[in-house]
Amino acid sequence: MTAATPRVSPVTLDRVSVSIGGRPILRDVDLAVRAGEMVTLLGPNGSGKSTLVRTVTGLLPHTRGEVRLFGTLLGEFAEWQRLGFVPQRSTATTGVPSTVREVVASGRVGRRRLFRPTSGEDRRAVEAALEVVGLAGRSSYGVSQLSGGQQQRVLIARALAGEPDLLVLDEPTAGVDLPNQQALADALASLKARGATILLVAHEIGPMMPLIDRSVVMRDGRVAYDGPPLSQEVASHTHHAHDHPDHLDHAGTHDHAPHVASPLDFERRRR
Amino acid sequence: MTFLDLLSYDFMQRALIAALLTGLAAPAIGTFLVQRRLALLGDGIGHVAVTGVALGLLTGTSPTWTAVVVAVLGAALMELIRERGHTNGDVALALLFYGGLAGGVLITGIAREGAATLQTYLFGSLNAISVGDVWSTVVLAAVVLVVVIGLSPQLFAVASDQDFARVAGLSVRAYNLLVAVLAAVSITVAMRTVGLLLVSALMVVPVATSQQLARSFRATLLGAMVVGCAASVGGLLLSAGLSFTVPVAPGPTIVLLALAMFTATWPVGIWLRRRSRLMAPFPEVTATPHRSTDQHPHAHGDDCGHPAVPHGDHVDYVHDGHRHAVHGEHYDEH
Repeated sequence: MTAATPRVSPVTLDRVSVSIGGRPILRDVDLAVRAGEMVTLLGPNGSGKSTLVRTVTGLLPHTRGEVRLFGTLLGEFAEWQRLGFVPQRSTATTGVPSTVREVVASGRVGRRRLFRPTSGEDRRAVEAALEVVGLAGRSSYGVSQLSGGQQQRVLIARALAGEPDLLVLDEPTAGVDLPNQQALADALASLKARGATILLVAHEIGPMMPLIDRSVVMRDGRVAYDGPPLSQEVASHTHHAHDHPDHLDHAGTHDHAPHVASPLDFERRRR
Repeated sequence: MTFLDLLSYDFMQRALIAALLTGLAAPAIGTFLVQRRLALLGDGIGHVAVTGVALGLLTGTSPTWTAVVVAVLGAALMELIRERGHTNGDVALALLFYGGLAGGVLITGIAREGAATLQTYLFGSLNAISVGDVWSTVVLAAVVLVVVIGLSPQLFAVASDQDFARVAGLSVRAYNLLVAVLAAVSITVAMRTVGLLLVSALMVVPVATSQQLARSFRATLLGAMVVGCAASVGGLLLSAGLSFTVPVAPGPTIVLLALAMFTATWPVGIWLRRRSRLMAPFPEVTATPHRSTDQHPHAHGDDCGHPAVPHGDHVDYVHDGHRHAVHGEHYDEH
């Protein structure tokens, strides 16, 4: 939302490969998201959309190629407050009750200094984010009182509260009813109008269709299409999903034996 | 000797200070453990700390400080195992629990200390608290409280969504380790009053009690600290008062008092949650056919006893599985 160096591409991937547990998932992915653009990532389950998003956000290490955020190599990137992330989640609840405002306020965490109380600027950003997703009237509700679609809007407001220049959303529309999808689309529209860049993984495009500048279709870990916007239906018809194993689930399997991964298992990078 | 005379004893005053600080620090860090759904982590660290106490007894150094060191190392190890393993690292954690307890009992034997000595650490003891213990309790509890309150925005973000926190630029591993270390410190703080085997109760039960009534994280945290203080100070006084007639250890009294407070608030919590579900506004969906009720002898109103649930620009009265909205002279089915 700040106007600093607007012409640098917020996201650039140059022949990026990503492996999970030694198995190549993404291979030779080239992708550039230009400033102010809204790009959707489409593709069947297991095609590598989420892996790509997790690579861009630095949650997964890449084995080859270069990932740049705002022109800086991912390893050297430090301005994380410019990046807003909406992870793939079904709920915003945790083990302890929290209000909508508390969850949204946690989105300011990238801009807060340690051991400092909440500033007036923090409060204004939180109110503005709640306003954008249309939940200003619900700020003192417990998140568990909201419907799934409203909780998804809370997670988006949390990302917006950090006032990002680049917003990355992983499946924000999954299981969300039409009125909430509309509210979501409205929120993204007002964000886009302020010049933010949006990278979106989606199964259901619905009311967001008119906002989209470009679609990228993933298939089996490669970019199969990169061009004018497609709806998910068109994308899955033009590019038949062949039967291929679901690579993404390998990290989650476990049996009933005690699982202690080797201390030298540096598969997942932690910051 | 009366109950009030008991309060004038130095050992009793020391125990009260320790109980007060324990009641503040343990639920404060416990709230973040419960938020991450790691309620039993404290129990695990408590078991590991038994080995630390035994090492102190064996080497003749202060068991409090050896317990701090071993508990911190154990907590860090558990956190690393949890991080490296999958979401269900619970089996791996269980292995560490049993190792800690068995090691502690074994080393205590080697140190030629009896079970009675170890028991004061396992279940707490009133008159075993020395002046040095009080000072270490004060320092450790102050560290826990300052860090937990000061860093609560960061800890909240990490505990509620690790991926989000990492992308926001926080060092998630460092914060997770910090929580584990603070948990280990509060456990050793609580060791002398509630004892290592019951300490986890003081981290979890006050939080469970407070979240029956609270809707926000902040209220849960502060409420848990209030409940924790009331339980630990109240339990200590209760056990001291009862000790005229029957031998009662402070640890179990504190824990049972906390559980009694949970039992008292639980029905209230159930009622509050049920009410908030009942009164949640109905979604505004258009294009349902207009249907009015057949016969409706009852007149709905503000105090008719039926929940009036917001629905768009009006309210629906809910009864017998129907939603009735006023429409002119009759009621519509909504």
